Amino acid sequence: MLHKYSRFVVACTVLLILAGSFVTSTDSGLSVPDWPTTYGQNMFTFPYSKMVGGIFYEHGHRLIASTVGVLTIGLAAWLWVADSRRWMRWFGIAALGAIVAQGLLGGLTVLFFLPPAVSTAHAGLAEIFFCITVAIAIFTSPGWIAGYPSTTSGRPNDVGADDATLRTFATLTTLAIYTQILIGATMRHTGAGLAIPDFPWMFGHLVPDHWSAKIAIHFAHRVGALVVTLAIVSTSVFVWRRHGDRMELTRPATLILFLVGVQVMLGAFTVLSKRDVWINSLHVVCGALVLTTSLVITLRAYRVMFANRSAEPSRSAIDDGARAFRRAPAGGRA
Amino acid sequence: MRLRNAWVGYAVAIALAASVAACGGGNKEASNTSAEPGGGAAAAGGGQKVDTATAGEVKGTVTVDGAVPKNEPIKMNADPVCMQENKTPQFQETYEVGSDGKSLGNVFVYVKDGLGNYVYDTPTEPAKIDQKDCRYHPHVFGIRVGQPLEIVNSDPTLHNIHAMPKANQEFNNGQPIQGMKMTHTFTAKEVMVPFKCDVHGWMNAYVGVLDHPYFAVTDANGAFDIKTLPPGTYTIEAWHEKLGTTTQSVTIGPKETKEITFTFKAPAGATATN
Repeated sequence: MLHKYSRFVVACTVLLILAGSFVTSTDSGLSVPDWPTTYGQNMFTFPYSKMVGGIFYEHGHRLIASTVGVLTIGLAAWLWVADSRRWMRWFGIAALGAIVAQGLLGGLTVLFFLPPAVSTAHAGLAEIFFCITVAIAIFTSPGWIAGYPSTTSGRPNDVGADDATLRTFATLTTLAIYTQILIGATMRHTGAGLAIPDFPWMFGHLVPDHWSAKIAIHFAHRVGALVVTLAIVSTSVFVWRRHGDRMELTRPATLILFLVGVQVMLGAFTVLSKRDVWINSLHVVCGALVLTTSLVITLRAYRVMFANRSAEPSRSAIDDGARAFRRAPAGGRA
Repeated sequence: MRLRNAWVGYAVAIALAASVAACGGGNKEASNTSAEPGGGAAAAGGGQKVDTATAGEVKGTVTVDGAVPKNEPIKMNADPVCMQENKTPQFQETYEVGSDGKSLGNVFVYVKDGLGNYVYDTPTEPAKIDQKDCRYHPHVFGIRVGQPLEIVNSDPTLHNIHAMPKANQEFNNGQPIQGMKMTHTFTAKEVMVPFKCDVHGWMNAYVGVLDHPYFAVTDANGAFDIKTLPPGTYTIEAWHEKLGTTTQSVTIGPKETKEITFTFKAPAGATATN
């Protein structure tokens, strides 16, 4: 049940990221000038009829963020009460700390008129919070707790692949994606999204023929896209070649190939459509999904190192895991 | 021990939730007043006052050479009130071209240089910008450093007024109730300070903040008139929100009236205006 709840929090966080990306895409960040109030009113009693224009996006983002905040309080409390793993209980507190800090950053960026540094930090912390919620969902999953099925070892509850190279590949890929997202956030919040207005060329050339700070940021994001795509393809190929029998790795390795393809197309159409609101916003969301899919591969690559720690999972978690295995003994889960 | 930990966790959670819920509740009837630190009456220089008996005048027109782009259409469907107030197709006010196809309105013309160290009384009468029919009125205007600016919301909907200056202090105030007023005072000269409403993305306006009274905004016929200008040689600048700036040097003698014309070049590849 805790695992299902954590997955629900993950889904709500995706919605929150979409709402946040709409705020920037529609340039609505300052349509509610005050914080934490909304036009002087308590934000929870602000009438829907007044959520017009940019207020719909900004105030809607605040309401969804508050909901995710309350859900995170519930998640942290549930972990604190129900999970016997000490580090896991504190991980729940970390999630709570992240969402509180995220709310404060969101407020600060409004009160200080969207300074790029604060807005970029807000975007960066959003990804970290999303990663934490996904990690909690992974750590509470039956597969993580009771073990993943392996066709090679024949055991239904294997501790996972023990491959140092995979761990290195996956970790570096995840870090590269996060760095790329930070560059993208900097580009968004410095107004450099169309600093290079054509695609795939750059001012009609392979490399821009003139430079400014904004062009450099935009160029870095395009180069970063190339690096990240190569890293993702490399990791996925590595997973399929070395661990083709491990569904807990091959499934996200396949999914991330699809996602990165979609992401590159969304990025291209963001430029070609002159920052269409929907395309631009979905580009942000898809980027977050690429990051967390890579994180899933990374965490599962490290699962073997948690073998001893996970030997003492919570009673309910064991029960959840055992039930899941009884339902589908040969299938991959979570 | 586990139980106690659980209670601590719940207490923290409830406290956080309560603190968030307790925030807010501002007085929606209150009007806003905003003044910058150090604001107030400001006179340029430390010299003599202008002798109006010998003062002259610079007047003229601003034109555009070539066809300017069509003004962008505005979709007001984000706010039913704006839709209700504007039942005909609406367009941006970027290019206000006269019936002759050449004269250009909404151009800010001002003395940029050459005034020396005259001193001027700062007006106590406020300049005014109104948010009406989901537009700013006026779209382009001038104000003096230290002169109060009265900002009014005449619409039965919410507006925020967001000023984005570089030399002055940025501000962003909400006016959720029809009839709300606030005043603001700029403390430094700046040409131009853009205003925008982040609720209604099409709403924008520009104010030129000067430490002297020699400025004007062209009317629908592109005409402007700068009066009571003391004899001297001046750099006059014309500013347009899209076409940029252009300057001229003008010398006027005692009681002389000079006529000048500014001509902006239309952007390449532009089509006819609305």
